[in-house]
Amino acid sequence: MLQGWVIVVTSFAYLGLLFAIAFYADKRADAGRSIIASPYVYSLSLAVYATAWTFYGSVGRAASDGVGFLPIYIGPTLMIALWWIVMRKILRISKQNRITSLADFIASRYGKSALLGGVVTVIAVIGILPYISLQLKAVSNSFTIVLQYPSIIMPAKVTALPIMQDTALWVALILAAFTIAFGTRHLDAAEHHEGMVAAIAFESLVKLLAFLAVGVFVTFGIYNGFGDLFDRAAADPKLSAMLTPLEGVAGGYASWVWLTILSMMAIMFLPRQFQVTVIENTNERHLNKAIWLFPVYMLAINIFVLPIAFGGLLHFPEGNVDADTFVLTLPMFEKQELLALLVFIGGLSAATGMVIVETIALSTMVCNDLVMPVLLRLRRLRLNERSDLTGLLLGIRRGAIVGILLLGYVYFRLAGEAYALVSIGLISFAAVAQFAPAVLGGIFWKGGTRRGALAGLSAGFAVWLYTLLLPALARSGWLPISFVGQGPFGIELLKPLELFGLAGLDQITHAMIWSMLANIGSYVAVSLSGAQSAEEHRQASLFVDVFTRTGEGGGARFWRGTASVPDLYSLLARFQGAAVAESAFQDYARARGLRWPGDTLIADAEFVHYVEVQLAGAIGAASARIMVASAVKEEALTLEEVRKILDEASQVVIYSHRLEQKSRELEAATAELRTANERLKELDRLKDDFLSTVTHELRTPLTSIRAFSEILTQDPDVDLAQRRKFLGIITKETERLTRIINQVLDLAKIEAGRAEWSEAPIDLREMIGDTVSAMSQVFQEKNIRVETRLPDRVTPVKADVDRIIQVMLNLLSNAVKFCDLSNGRIEITLTENDHALRVDVRDNGPGIVPGDEQKIFDKFVQAGDTLTNKPQGSGLGLYISRHIVEHHGGRLWVQGRPGKGACFSFTLPLAHPAGAGQLARAA
Amino acid sequence: MREIEGRGQRMIALCMLGCVLFNFPILALFNVRGSFFGVPALYAYIFMAWALLIALMAWVAERRG
Repeated sequence: MLQGWVIVVTSFAYLGLLFAIAFYADKRADAGRSIIASPYVYSLSLAVYATAWTFYGSVGRAASDGVGFLPIYIGPTLMIALWWIVMRKILRISKQNRITSLADFIASRYGKSALLGGVVTVIAVIGILPYISLQLKAVSNSFTIVLQYPSIIMPAKVTALPIMQDTALWVALILAAFTIAFGTRHLDAAEHHEGMVAAIAFESLVKLLAFLAVGVFVTFGIYNGFGDLFDRAAADPKLSAMLTPLEGVAGGYASWVWLTILSMMAIMFLPRQFQVTVIENTNERHLNKAIWLFPVYMLAINIFVLPIAFGGLLHFPEGNVDADTFVLTLPMFEKQELLALLVFIGGLSAATGMVIVETIALSTMVCNDLVMPVLLRLRRLRLNERSDLTGLLLGIRRGAIVGILLLGYVYFRLAGEAYALVSIGLISFAAVAQFAPAVLGGIFWKGGTRRGALAGLSAGFAVWLYTLLLPALARSGWLPISFVGQGPFGIELLKPLELFGLAGLDQITHAMIWSMLANIGSYVAVSLSGAQSAEEHRQASLFVDVFTRTGEGGGARFWRGTASVPDLYSLLARFQGAAVAESAFQDYARARGLRWPGDTLIADAEFVHYVEVQLAGAIGAASARIMVASAVKEEALTLEEVRKILDEASQVVIYSHRLEQKSRELEAATAELRTANERLKELDRLKDDFLSTVTHELRTPLTSIRAFSEILTQDPDVDLAQRRKFLGIITKETERLTRIINQVLDLAKIEAGRAEWSEAPIDLREMIGDTVSAMSQVFQEKNIRVETRLPDRVTPVKADVDRIIQVMLNLLSNAVKFCDLSNGRIEITLTENDHALRVDVRDNGPGIVPGDEQKIFDKFVQAGDTLTNKPQGSGLGLYISRHIVEHHGGRLWVQGRPGKGACFSFTLPLAHPAGAGQLARAA
Repeated sequence: MREIEGRGQRMIALCMLGCVLFNFPILALFNVRGSFFGVPALYAYIFMAWALLIALMAWVAERRG
């Protein structure tokens, strides 16, 4: 069933299916329901990394080098671990600046330099040509081989065939047509190709499935699993040497390490990888899944590489079958026609995926960074005056796609024969690795300059040309082979494969060492020795500080000039079409709460920047710069001015830090205020309580006074004894009232701190004696025995004598109140220690309920059950007494148990704190 | 922001781990004759270390907080 027409029809049917997928994805995208906005599709699209090189070439490499094919996939895995830092930054920068390609990225970073963008484009195109030729070679070879079925014959040398019979040419042309249909149907403002991405993701699935199918067939169909296969290989003397392969390979570990480094850079800077990873990315978060899904894909597609390689070597021991074709020839040898067809389609997937994305990415670069800047500068063309340039842009891109594929074909004719697939691909890897210093340096180091990047890229590229591309051409006979063998003009030191006598390395390692040395060295040295222009300075800071600067308007403040809205409108419409321009202006107006057309837009710096960024999406940053400059009367900013603006920006940062600090302080103050407020509320509540209690206390005696007075007034018949009794009660209640009022006044004074204290040395013995004799009448009335135990002499203390007497009286009257009714007894003791005098007043009353020891010192709290006992005091006495004692630096407390009497004690320090301080100073 | 920084540091550490695992001299330890379930030691080692590294990357990338 493997006739020619079957293969051709299947191939076109497959391409048609891809196109249908792309068409569907584009329709969905237009309807706003994108199918590629998924981390899984994103991860699969990254697998465009696996090309015909992986599909056919890895086995070829493994057949000669053993594990030598693996660094190409381990390197990216290591790099992807760093993506969280590096790629996230590149993504953010690209989205903010509407970057359209790798060339655009580098040009934009170094002051939107059109020259730099052009240089990057040239390097990328020339560097990628070998890679594209590899795909053409793989597809045309596999096609030719399948056609020979059932015999297995390697394709003849293509150079022997007339061009029109060369399958590779037809493959190139068909792919060109297909890519044009895919990638340049319309002009997208953001260079998004949703359809293409969907088709690529699908192709990644197809090639993985096809490769796994062959792998499973070889390992478990032809042989009995891995163990059997490797045992047979070990038994074969030629193959057994490959089982410990790293010593036998040229360069050994050095080669392994350099291949790893090389592919670390390739995964970032191959134009197609940049396209799918950065430009086609729809959401930064997709990176999280891709970081591990894509390495899983690479792991999966490599598991069966060695089994297939060993299987091929065991099957075709004579070496007449190219190891690069084992994937295809093994199923053919085993007469598995369907599997062979699936392999062919898988290889086609791998190759077409690469070619489509790579040529679209390169054509964007050629158009935006090479052709347009030149055309726009040519005043004779009067492009500035053309009303619609979208047709021109698409035309340039289509031309570029055809041109690139034909150049790839030319390289295939010139040099494709001499090398295996992987070796051809590695030459391209080494070329794109030259972008690494300019890009990585550009996003982490503000000091890199345009001249530095130019010097580094040119030097690295020149070394690449000399050590990799020219030898490749020489080997194919297009340059004298003596150029490689003896060096140019016989100068040994300049031999391209042993430059300056550096021998013993494989070609790639050798080229990488010298080109990186030249590249990084020139980039750093030239950057450090020259100054940046204003534009460079500003772009450097926009790129490096992308995470600290916020908002898309970041670039707008650097602009100064005058522009008119109609000019800007026609500018945008020329490159993107009127409809896009219209909606862009409407978006801008809407974001500012205006309507357009209708309201007047102001063509200020922000607006001009907006237009430039929109334009950059279509024609790249460098071209957009030129166009906007032509439409806008712009005054160039001097470097000093840019510095000033940047300084202002850092000032703003400092201010915002201060502001943060202030707001933190404010928060603290607010918290304090809140607690103060709580406290005030509490006090307010206490005051209300106090007022209501005082009122209550005042009303009790008043009620009885009023009641008895009324009786006396209204009833003239009350006898004398009765009257006396009533008047006595009235007098007593009045006294109580007076006492309460006095105490309340006292309390108010003390609490407000307005009480007057007249302190003088007093003798407590004397004071106690006076108080007791003042109360003797009361004691007698109540039949209470009073005992005083006073020392012979005590140290006088400084105190307000009247207040201390007040305390003493209070304690005594308390004691009287609670004393045993029949056999009252009060003990007063005065003692002195080193620091203080202590007075104890002990009664033999009911004592204190445990837990009440503190409560009774509160305002209006009275001991005993207030429900059954008539209150006998104001409840203020103890509270005031405690205040007085504490004012003197002493303490007032109570001890006692129910039924055992209470003992109130207070102390007065011999010298209270202030006095102590004075003594210390005097001493 | 702290979470993003932490993840970045873990990723850098994983990259360094990978650089050590897939380099001389660790690689040389397995570059010997001998097999692991029938698979030559070096191949078995590389694929298992690779799978381990990817698993760790998945863990760091997908972990919350």
